[in-house]
Amino acid sequence: MNRHLTDQKGDLRMKKLLLATALVAVTGAAYAQDVVRLGTEGAYPPFNFINDAGEVAGFERDVGDELCKRAGLTCEWVTNEWDSIIPNLQSGNYDVIIAGMSITDERDEVIDFSQNYFPPAASAYVALSADADLKGVVAAQVSTIQAGYVAESGATLLEFATPDETIAAVRNGEAVAVFADKDFLAPIVAESGGELMFVGEEVQLGGGVGLGLRESDTELKEKFNAAIQSMKDDGSLNALIEKHFGPEAAKF
Amino acid sequence: MFAACADPKAIEGLTWALCYLTSGKHIDFYWSFVTVLLLLALTAPAALAMGFAGAIAARSRFLPVSLLGKGYAAIVRGVPDIVFFLFFVIALDQAIEWTKHQIVCPDWTQPIRQGLEFRVCPQAKVPLGSASAFWHQAYGFGLAVFTFAIVFGAFAANVLYGAMNAVPRAQLETAEAYGLSQAQVFRRILVPQMWVYALPGLSNLWMILIKATPLLFLLGVKDIVYWARELGGSKTQAYEYPHPDWRLWYFVGLLVFYLIFTKVSEIVLARLSARLNHGQATAGGEALRKAAA
Repeated sequence: MNRHLTDQKGDLRMKKLLLATALVAVTGAAYAQDVVRLGTEGAYPPFNFINDAGEVAGFERDVGDELCKRAGLTCEWVTNEWDSIIPNLQSGNYDVIIAGMSITDERDEVIDFSQNYFPPAASAYVALSADADLKGVVAAQVSTIQAGYVAESGATLLEFATPDETIAAVRNGEAVAVFADKDFLAPIVAESGGELMFVGEEVQLGGGVGLGLRESDTELKEKFNAAIQSMKDDGSLNALIEKHFGPEAAKF
Repeated sequence: MFAACADPKAIEGLTWALCYLTSGKHIDFYWSFVTVLLLLALTAPAALAMGFAGAIAARSRFLPVSLLGKGYAAIVRGVPDIVFFLFFVIALDQAIEWTKHQIVCPDWTQPIRQGLEFRVCPQAKVPLGSASAFWHQAYGFGLAVFTFAIVFGAFAANVLYGAMNAVPRAQLETAEAYGLSQAQVFRRILVPQMWVYALPGLSNLWMILIKATPLLFLLGVKDIVYWARELGGSKTQAYEYPHPDWRLWYFVGLLVFYLIFTKVSEIVLARLSARLNHGQATAGGEALRKAAA
């Protein structure tokens, strides 16, 4: 057996090389990826955040790791600020955006989305008092669907680079309210000791949260779609949603 | 880090503070100070070398070289820093990958530019997709040093060009009268004497460089300002150490760091200035002579 292997070694290496060249030449974009780099923001708990050990954690960490396991991929986590998260995907700094990004038509024009792994959820306003004027200055994170909604609602939009700064803006009076995903706001409101409260109507925005991929990465997209479907089918995705967002959160 | 820190929500007071300040994230924060210092230690000599080359080129009697030197200083100094740090780095990164692509994947048939996407073959990625996170960071850091060196080199080129022209003509003429060649005059008379004229400008650049290090974050390197903002932001129970908005305290810490750092720099630069002025026929040199007498 051993001798046989040795005899074949040179031949095998040649074959491997040919195979690799053929793969690259024929399938083009759909190459065999060694490591899939997952890009996230790391500042949007409980979706994704940097935990106290300095690692990416949260709902999307659990989902991402599980999806990679099911799709048979080796994945690596990368953080990138929200503002430039799409351009950096396009220039190839990472392969997947997994950052609480809602599926919208505008984004779908520049990148591709997998099927959603988080159902369409409500966005809500949070303010310091119940009679806050939601047509006044409202804070939202830059380039989010919430920012787009505020701009069209007739209120004055105040944009910030990170979600944390939008909350700080309400606390220090810079904005009368903040508009964001309700699932992001809920723990903050609950732990504010009555300082912050939900006001106004909840709004349904976007088509749920999906993975963002380059439009040319169709094979990778199909792998993730299948993995997400299998997590939906066996209920493990719902279990993760409940673990991170509580029993009241919307599920599949 | 310590055994007592296993369950952060059960501890309080001093132990909590100790555990909090030694969390993995804080260790990353402390290392980022080293990153910033390393960046300065590498960028300053690199920028000085770029500046020196630029100044020599600008002084050249051969017109194309002279235009190249002057053009470099004029163009880079004229472009806003933020534009430089946002676009130049992406262009540089893509240029490196494009070049590598041409070499390692000559048979690649797909277009590299597909709409907004930039897509080279996987073997041409820099660093490779399979490289460890360390290499990705080191590459980002290398791009940062290079970009800083180009930007600050342009300013240094202008300062050094002016300093070279400020050396009294009489000094050079005397050297020529002794029969020194042009290269010898440059090396033995011009360069040693120009530093005293260049130092005020260069020390300004050093101070600006210290303060420009937060631009590192634009280049994907996590610097002290990024970590201060990340650590200081209010934390919910999803984190091990929940706390309200403490950004103010972290930024006060950074303020102290930068003030101490610039103060130490000032002391060192003042000593250097005194040393360079020693024995020079300048007002500074005259003041030193009188003080000693």
